[in-house]
Amino acid sequence: MNQWYLFLAFFRVGILGYGGGPSSIPLVQKEVVEKYKWLNNEEFGNILALANALPGPIATKMAGYIGYRVAGVIGMLNAVLATIVPTIFLMIILLTFLSSASDTPWMNGMTKAVLPVVGVMLAVLAFNFLKKAKVDLGWFWMSILAITSFLFTELLGIHPAILILGLLIVALVKPDADKQEESS
Amino acid sequence: MSTYWQLFIAFFIPGILGYGGGPASIPLVENEVVGRFQWMTVSDFSEMLAMANALPGPIATKMAGFIGFQQGGVMGSVVAVFATVVPSLLLMIILLGLLMKYKDSPKVKRMTMFIRPTIAVLLGAMALQFFQTSYVDTGFFQMSGIGLISFLLMERLKVHPAFVIAGALVFGALFLG
Repeated sequence: MNQWYLFLAFFRVGILGYGGGPSSIPLVQKEVVEKYKWLNNEEFGNILALANALPGPIATKMAGYIGYRVAGVIGMLNAVLATIVPTIFLMIILLTFLSSASDTPWMNGMTKAVLPVVGVMLAVLAFNFLKKAKVDLGWFWMSILAITSFLFTELLGIHPAILILGLLIVALVKPDADKQEESS
Repeated sequence: MSTYWQLFIAFFIPGILGYGGGPASIPLVENEVVGRFQWMTVSDFSEMLAMANALPGPIATKMAGFIGFQQGGVMGSVVAVFATVVPSLLLMIILLGLLMKYKDSPKVKRMTMFIRPTIAVLLGAMALQFFQTSYVDTGFFQMSGIGLISFLLMERLKVHPAFVIAGALVFGALFLG
């Protein structure tokens, strides 16, 4: 049954994700965390961070890993294929038979109308991450990290992968007082 | 060099160098497909890209699937998609496997904590980009109207995004075309 749900979840992600892989991030979260509860938000955050830090398409990395976690290698294949095959089919059929369909006004209109919807979904997801970060880190450190991230990635144009890897390394080698808290 | 091998190379390189997801790999794909292997002209490529943008689903795999199909039929399509998806996916599974194995260690918990604000900023920046494109394409009124209504539907009334997106598609086809 899990395989069927995996297929359904990622089929929806693929067919609803207008604007490429990144727009499917909030859809994956809806399906995987909220609907089927295969992962909690924390695990989803880790997966997203790593998917962002590694090269290659985001959507297939998430689908593949989550499919693998839920139902092994078959689950991985299932989730990846459900994400990509329907739209590849559509693409081949449309481009082979009516190569001018992308110029039709109604098709452009569809894409335009979806942009703000995806924007809202991404913004809500971003807000939820900040809320969770505030709970764990407190206002002060959350703001410091958020502002630093903003400066690095948006203003200085440093690639997010570098920032994410840097933060991971700091978290890994920092030997400090947390340890005593944890052991006490 | 056989077509399949060429297809593999042409999509393996963008797959492994394209940081930031599918859209980031578009210029890399163009470089291989138009520049190196000359399977398409620039105008063929941009026509294909327009279609890839208009359809749902990941961009990179749609391009790989279509170009692979054009050059080498169904097998070509499979090879190109495989080259796009599998290398980075394997890396992902191996690294996350390690991470999950130690997920109860305080260090890994701290990693999760440290990364979260960055992810929020990245998601927020993506959201902004979508709004910006929407603002340029359709103007402030349409953008904020559609945005506000979809926010109310999804977050307050808890309507599944599938319905909201479907609604937006219909609205766009009828009124924004």
